[in-house]
Amino acid sequence: MRRAVAIGATLLAFLPTASLAHAATPSVQQPTNWVAISLFLGFVALTLAITKRAATRTRTAADFYTAGGGISGFQNGLAMAGDYMSAASFLGISAQIFKDGYDGLIYSTGFLVGWPILLFLMAERLRNLGKYTFADVASYRFAQAPVRCFAAASTLLVVSFYLIAQMVGAGQLIKLLFGLPYSYAVVIVGVLMMLYVLFGGMRATTWVQIIKAVMLLGGATFMAVMVMAQFGFSLETLFARAVAAKTAMAAAAGDAPDAAFKAGHSIMGPGNFIKDPISAISFGLALMLGTAGLPHILMRFFTVPDAKAARKSVLWATTWIGYFYVLTFIIGFGAIVLVGTRPEYLDATGSLRGGGNMAALHLAHAIGGNAFLGFISAVAFATILAVVAGLTLSAASAVSHDIYASVVRKGAATSAQELHMSRLTTLAMGALAVLLGLVFEKQNVAFMVSLAFALAASGNFPVLILSLLWRGCTTKGAAIGGTIGLLTAFVLTVLSPAIWVTVLGHEKAIFPYSSPALFSVTAGFVSIWLISLLDRSPRAAVDRAGYAAQRVRAETGVGSFGVSGH
Amino acid sequence: MEPEHDDAVVAAIAADPRYETLVRERGRLGWLLSALIFFSFVGYLGVIAFDKAALAAPIGGGVTSVGIPVGLGLIVLTIVVTALYVRRANGSYDARLAALLKDHQA
Repeated sequence: MRRAVAIGATLLAFLPTASLAHAATPSVQQPTNWVAISLFLGFVALTLAITKRAATRTRTAADFYTAGGGISGFQNGLAMAGDYMSAASFLGISAQIFKDGYDGLIYSTGFLVGWPILLFLMAERLRNLGKYTFADVASYRFAQAPVRCFAAASTLLVVSFYLIAQMVGAGQLIKLLFGLPYSYAVVIVGVLMMLYVLFGGMRATTWVQIIKAVMLLGGATFMAVMVMAQFGFSLETLFARAVAAKTAMAAAAGDAPDAAFKAGHSIMGPGNFIKDPISAISFGLALMLGTAGLPHILMRFFTVPDAKAARKSVLWATTWIGYFYVLTFIIGFGAIVLVGTRPEYLDATGSLRGGGNMAALHLAHAIGGNAFLGFISAVAFATILAVVAGLTLSAASAVSHDIYASVVRKGAATSAQELHMSRLTTLAMGALAVLLGLVFEKQNVAFMVSLAFALAASGNFPVLILSLLWRGCTTKGAAIGGTIGLLTAFVLTVLSPAIWVTVLGHEKAIFPYSSPALFSVTAGFVSIWLISLLDRSPRAAVDRAGYAAQRVRAETGVGSFGVSGH
Repeated sequence: MEPEHDDAVVAAIAADPRYETLVRERGRLGWLLSALIFFSFVGYLGVIAFDKAALAAPIGGGVTSVGIPVGLGLIVLTIVVTALYVRRANGSYDARLAALLKDHQA
């Protein structure tokens, strides 16, 4: 223990003393948790050691972007799960179940159903046609500059919104868990993520994601098993105790017995999460199709040697993510009984100490004391790092591979020049991420992840599907139509309640639904289709003529980029 | 592989009827399963939007509601359908593809 304190003190010694006054302010910040800090330092030491090893093997652009294509399907599946299971979904979904019960399950299923769609319609075709980024695939038979510019812009947009949500979440979470000031937390995340990506490229990023996935799945499994053990491994007993706990809480808050009974049983069915059918379908579409358009997920397909491994990656990713959501469900209900009924986890008003997202963390404490709370806190920190590293790598690739190497240098850049450019971009992205994290500290960023999903579903998804599966798709159709889809999603989100009312403070939202996807995905598909159909340019003829050969390569893998030799 | 040889192989495969059959069969399975997942999920959301009470109804005499097996079932269905496709594609489809590629020396 003394050693852990010493390591923690060393870490603090690196931090500028100027903000110590800030650290002393008595907000929601928790007392410094030394177990959490020492476990986290262990994680950092391990991942930096891996990065150091990976750095010696990161010599070419292929190493940097795709780890040379030598990752196995199982490893890639774990890494995809690590990329996808964010701290927000672990803490957020279990918190939502703690609060409303059943509604959290709707969220979980939405985040999962996109994976098979991604597999059936895209995975093997992506792997067979692509080299480093999804733009390789989207622009395969088209004029390079317009389609790659669209893809890079879309990647940067999607990644930025996702990144802001992660950085702000990271800052707030770490402030809460580790007792470190917000700005320290953001800078630590930014610097570590930069080290991984800058030196270790995709190889280090993949291992960070794998280790994090194993830690998160292991920790969540332990929690769920300990919860179930308390209820004789019977879900019915768990639910019955949760309903009883919620009923007692409602009665204690002053509800009449009838109302309290109703409130208690409300956690077993859908609540107010989905209000109208249009919002329901629109939201479902954003989650389902957005998953198949996220650049940092798509990029992972190029790290495996062939289509077989690409399919296996999705199967493993889907299995781990689905399993993880079942665990969060048990954890959320467990928290209702084991946390919600114990005064030491509640403040004077009866809500959770430290804020709504603390349900899973208090549960960790209730189950395994300070040591296990420390472990789960370290896992949450590691989780953020892994997600942020994947995002940064994908943004860096969009700039260095799509814009610099393909559009500016027209394919004439050497591997060394491209590698150099991607490292410069990584530095810039890291700095940008820290800056955005600091700027958005006090902002409401809850809408940003769903915005990222809506953008990916409305821009990238239609462009990829139509360029892969429709002969008639042309350069103009993909570039302009994709942009229209993106813009529609963006504008409608700004006009929706989440921004127009909650952030901008207007009275009534111009766009009344909670997600734009139903309209913006349609706008994307229809514009690409219509513009392609009306496109009579000479380029359009070349685009259409290229389809047959592209299809053979996409379906069979002839001439695909294999494992780069070492 | 030489680019010229590569292009010739692509043209030869495109002309092979086995290629068309294979791609059509695999594509049909993919779309079929996509539709299954899509409509299962949209149907689930539809029930939530139109008839919340149906999912909140308890099963038997306990508190466990109909919505629990439905929601968890959707998670299991997603994994099972994914496994089904991967098994089929990595098994018989890939074997047929390998034979096709071998004949064209790709």
